[in-house]
Amino acid sequence: MYDFSPFIDSINSFFTSNFSPFWASVLLMLLLGIAILAFYAVLGLYLVYAERKICARMQNRIGPNRVGPLGLFQTIADLIKLLLKELIYIRNADGFLFNIAPFIVIVASIMAIGSIPFAKGLQAIDLNIGVLYILAISSMGVIGVLIAGWASNSKYSVIGAMRSGAQVISYELSVGLSLLCMIVFAGSMQLSDIITSQQDGWWLLKGHIPAFIAFVIYLIAGTAETNRGPFDLAEAESELTAGFHTEYSGIKFAFFFLAEYMNMFIIAAVATTIFLGGWLPFHIYNFTAFNNVMDYIPPVFWFFGKTAFIIYVMMWFKWTFPRLRIDQLLALEWKYLLPLNLLNLVLISFLTLMKWHF
Amino acid sequence: MEETLVDIDFKEKEEYIINMGPQHPSTHGVLRFETCLQGEKVKYIIPHCGYIHRGIEKMSESLTYPQLLHLTDRMDYLSAHINNEAVALCVENAMEVEVSDRVKYIRTILAELSRIASHQLWWSAFGMDLGALTTFFYGLRDREKILDIFEETTGSRLIQSFITPGGLMADIHPNFQRRVKEFITYFRKKLPEYDQLLTGNVIFRERTLGIGYMSKEDAIDYAVTGPSGRGSGFHCDVRKLAPYSAYPFVQFNEITYTEGDTYHRYLVRMKEMWESLNILEQLVDNIPQGEIMLNLKAIKAPKGEYYQRVETARGELGVYIVSDGAPTPARIKYRSPNFSNLFILNKVSANHKIADLVAISGSLDLVIPDIDR
Repeated sequence: MYDFSPFIDSINSFFTSNFSPFWASVLLMLLLGIAILAFYAVLGLYLVYAERKICARMQNRIGPNRVGPLGLFQTIADLIKLLLKELIYIRNADGFLFNIAPFIVIVASIMAIGSIPFAKGLQAIDLNIGVLYILAISSMGVIGVLIAGWASNSKYSVIGAMRSGAQVISYELSVGLSLLCMIVFAGSMQLSDIITSQQDGWWLLKGHIPAFIAFVIYLIAGTAETNRGPFDLAEAESELTAGFHTEYSGIKFAFFFLAEYMNMFIIAAVATTIFLGGWLPFHIYNFTAFNNVMDYIPPVFWFFGKTAFIIYVMMWFKWTFPRLRIDQLLALEWKYLLPLNLLNLVLISFLTLMKWHF
Repeated sequence: MEETLVDIDFKEKEEYIINMGPQHPSTHGVLRFETCLQGEKVKYIIPHCGYIHRGIEKMSESLTYPQLLHLTDRMDYLSAHINNEAVALCVENAMEVEVSDRVKYIRTILAELSRIASHQLWWSAFGMDLGALTTFFYGLRDREKILDIFEETTGSRLIQSFITPGGLMADIHPNFQRRVKEFITYFRKKLPEYDQLLTGNVIFRERTLGIGYMSKEDAIDYAVTGPSGRGSGFHCDVRKLAPYSAYPFVQFNEITYTEGDTYHRYLVRMKEMWESLNILEQLVDNIPQGEIMLNLKAIKAPKGEYYQRVETARGELGVYIVSDGAPTPARIKYRSPNFSNLFILNKVSANHKIADLVAISGSLDLVIPDIDR
């Protein structure tokens, strides 16, 4: 049940039957682009709202509660404000790079959204190297951050950008390796294949302890990858004022801001897809009645529920932990996470070879 | 001292100098650190103060002694009561009068309450310096309770001008004792929360343990007083060394550690909050009856030189008054704790990372208006 493929196919066939092949693909791309952009903007705004509400809850505050019921329109009002604000031009900045940097950051995260499976068939593009694609695209964002820091011609920005570069390049390894562990289990890099391989149980549950280790490492490294939480060294407010985006204003700042939240969503979505069975419902072996009830909940809800849970955990990190120092950050990756990850990979390969996982 | 403050080779071209401040989130005011970096490492820093210099000492020469209070409030605004008390004690000593025990008790209670409030705010801001943003709201939530007590009795929350030469501006509010006792029980429950949130955190300990080592000799050389000095084993608590007001009547411990790093400067303040609660508990039920204000014809110091020191939340505050017998002081000098504590920063934070500089300057608990006066 709840298969979106017929719906998607019907849209597809509508365009292919009414237009020439060239125009059909152009129109489909346009439709898809608009859909993803709208989804991106709305989700980004409501993630900001969620973060503000959750952090308020953790800090004995109420959070936004004036604009609209429960302050639901607060972030939209903020976006309008940011859109109307003046774009400050820095006199000695490198104009071209300064302007292009926010776009690189945001394009990288929009492109990664495209390959995430929200439900069966509800996926813009199902590449056979989906995991590799997401890793490659999401690490493109750091180029934007580096450019932003360099082009701003501000000393704080350069420090922030260099920190971000060192951080993302290091933690990219851990993200990649922990995903690789699960790819060894699933035997495929195609996201839809990875999900179908979890029909009989999520990899987190049937992968023994190594899968759990990989999950924890992925969460830590993923948080670091998004420059958030205890790893927000690139913008370290109390040290570097705002790090790489110190000199940005208005909508360009909003791009960085939105991209941060969407990167968090992407990290959480990938964790959901690979470790927690994506849009698959929660099943307990042999509990048929329970499983049937679970099946009635649409997969989109499952997907977003799991993603929201992981996002909540990441926000929890951010609002309770102090920030790491740059050398501690790199030591954590190179001295602890990476060796552990490599060991884990060997262990998982062995498990898979012996077919000891469920 | 052999070593100069900063050893600078101006010909060196590879220096990467950033200005932390005057507007910077971690200096908590208008202080500027000219920071020379080598990568992430701090080579040296030159503190530049004077951005909020208001000429308080010069202004004081044209004010009568009771009017001095309103300026002392604005030096270290987080221990306003204690600053007032310093001036009041100095003038009383000069006039050779003694206030009633009731006044002494109330002064000490107010001073200890301000100490707790100040340490709460410091704790909040210190967490923020390290990137733990939630501490700020925990600290301020509990500080509100103290400010409410102040507001009820003194009529204002931050700068009270309540303790005046000769006594107090007014008697305490009828609710005062009850609310202080409520606060003691309330805060005893809340203090362990502070430890749960920050002290035991692995990242926090990694960030502070062994960072910014200050030896006892350094602390004495640079006259680093208060909790920052006591973290290095320098016994400098004026409440113990030269007890004033009601401190001779109470039992309390001077908290000292010998480790001298950021973490132990932090621990001193955390333990001091417990000690202050103990002091409050001993005093609040035993406030004796007595006169609130001495019946003095004119409040002015006779000709001579007078010095009085007290322990503020940040260290030793000295008031030095030179009087020629006029209603206004001829010269007044404040030995402010923050000014002395600031200049150890270069020595302590050299060869640490930028993030450590922020942690160390946070652990010194600087209040900028007190540096510049």
